[in-house]
Amino acid sequence: MRTFTFVRAESPAHAVGSMSGDAPRAYLAGGTTLLDLVKLDVMQPEQIVDINHLPLKQVERLADGRLRVGALVSNTELANHPLVREHYPVLAEAILAGASTQLRNKATTAGNLMQRVRCNYFRDGASACNKREPGSGCAAIGGLNRSVHAVLGTSDQCIATHPSDMCVAMAAIGAQVTVRGVAGEREIPFADFHLLPGDTPWREHALERGELITHVTLDAPLAGSRSAYLKLRDRASYQFALASSAIILVLDGQRIADARIALGGVASKPWRAREAEQALIGQRATPEIFARVAELALKGARGYEHNAFKIPLGQQVVARNLRDLTAQELSS
Amino acid sequence: MSDLKVTVMKDQKTGPGPVVEVDPSALAVMPTRRSFLKFGASGIAASALSGLLPDSALAAVQQAAPVVDSSAPGVGEQRIRLTVNGQVHTLNVPANAILLDVLRDRLQLTGTKKGCDYGQCGACTLLVNDVAINSCLSLAVQHDGDSITTIEGLAQGGTLHPVQEAFWEHDAYQCGYCTSGQIMSAVAILKDPNIPSDDASVREAMSGNICRCGAYKNILSAVQSARSKMGGTV
Repeated sequence: MRTFTFVRAESPAHAVGSMSGDAPRAYLAGGTTLLDLVKLDVMQPEQIVDINHLPLKQVERLADGRLRVGALVSNTELANHPLVREHYPVLAEAILAGASTQLRNKATTAGNLMQRVRCNYFRDGASACNKREPGSGCAAIGGLNRSVHAVLGTSDQCIATHPSDMCVAMAAIGAQVTVRGVAGEREIPFADFHLLPGDTPWREHALERGELITHVTLDAPLAGSRSAYLKLRDRASYQFALASSAIILVLDGQRIADARIALGGVASKPWRAREAEQALIGQRATPEIFARVAELALKGARGYEHNAFKIPLGQQVVARNLRDLTAQELSS
Repeated sequence: MSDLKVTVMKDQKTGPGPVVEVDPSALAVMPTRRSFLKFGASGIAASALSGLLPDSALAAVQQAAPVVDSSAPGVGEQRIRLTVNGQVHTLNVPANAILLDVLRDRLQLTGTKKGCDYGQCGACTLLVNDVAINSCLSLAVQHDGDSITTIEGLAQGGTLHPVQEAFWEHDAYQCGYCTSGQIMSAVAILKDPNIPSDDASVREAMSGNICRCGAYKNILSAVQSARSKMGGTV
């Protein structure tokens, strides 16, 4: 593995200050993405700033009902936190559907947001990849593009999926990402945090150079809601999603009073399906409306040689989740 | 040699622990399995050794002495203190040294295995401050001051940990390469109140440990058997 200098950040200000300069630098939290990619020489930091000792490990409920999660709360801690289990069960389910026990023990909340894509052409260090080497092309288009490649939000520059499960639940819940840079603190709406590849696939998120994620604050939970994370994959555990959905519903009798729908495994970023939500709100829970909503959730999808199956699969992961969540209302 | 060893181990599975008598005077001059392999030996000597040396004795022999780097850290190095299986080590390590490699190469604790080296197989699983992690995805310098438990630290005074014993009894391995990682994961899972005790939950919780021989069925049996043995604590 390449060499780098190592700085243990003693405060958020120290961390941010350590990121100045032109040389490539990276924050180290759980390291499950960073060190993997440094070993592969796909990421080439000259300095690593260890942020594990910063006081960003709290989960606290704010007066307005939102939940403020420190950047360094591990995936395991967040999934098992009583406030998450009680108010955001879909987040706990999504986190526990991702990676493995020991990886979740290491991985952090902020690090999960910063995961890189799992496209083999990105990871192999040799193929054409516009993320790794801007302008070199995209070997996945026309290559093997079955499992970790998207049908939504792609461009002719990049078709990799965002790999996170946690982020799909956060997209459905809604959140603000608090970041700190040399110029001070600011908030980025979760929906704007991850960027579509477009013509600049090497730009994956809205962080400015050197900015540090300090917290993710979840929107207040929808009162009286029910929710579920449904993940479809090639094996039952420890596998990235082929298609997943995080759905939150509020029912008034048989009518859908409110709805949040987000998709994973099919899109280049955690995918909130707002048009589908709007079509669902106010409707009675029926298989017909669910099929219509599922179709809208995949609206604009484009399949590639090996992954076109993700379009019907993505529709099914929405329709089935809706059906299961309303099993009582549908059958009554 | 590995074939011979497996045969001997299976012969020993009639009881809860090693049944082969070991002559203490023989142990004193006996090399570890690793140094023995490095040294090279005839097949006859190998079979004799593997029969004479039960695993608990191996574990005792493999317990590392404290390593203390007396010189100041060199350029690009950091001085760290690791408590490994209760033993305190003070080491100068380069910034890019991986925890797994430091344990194996500097401390000669080779029970923790390097499988994929990219966080995909779980062979390198160990406990840091009682939490199971993949040691291939950690910098050693990150763990300054941490308390680490490896497979070598499970047996107490020559008595196998209940999970080790259960793996033995249930034949929960074939080639054995993933076994130390499997056992470390199992030890952590059995102590974790957030992981339910049913078979499906255990399978899910253990899914970060890949076994290419496919011993999963027996691994699950071993974990659940250890749970019963450990009684109220799990």
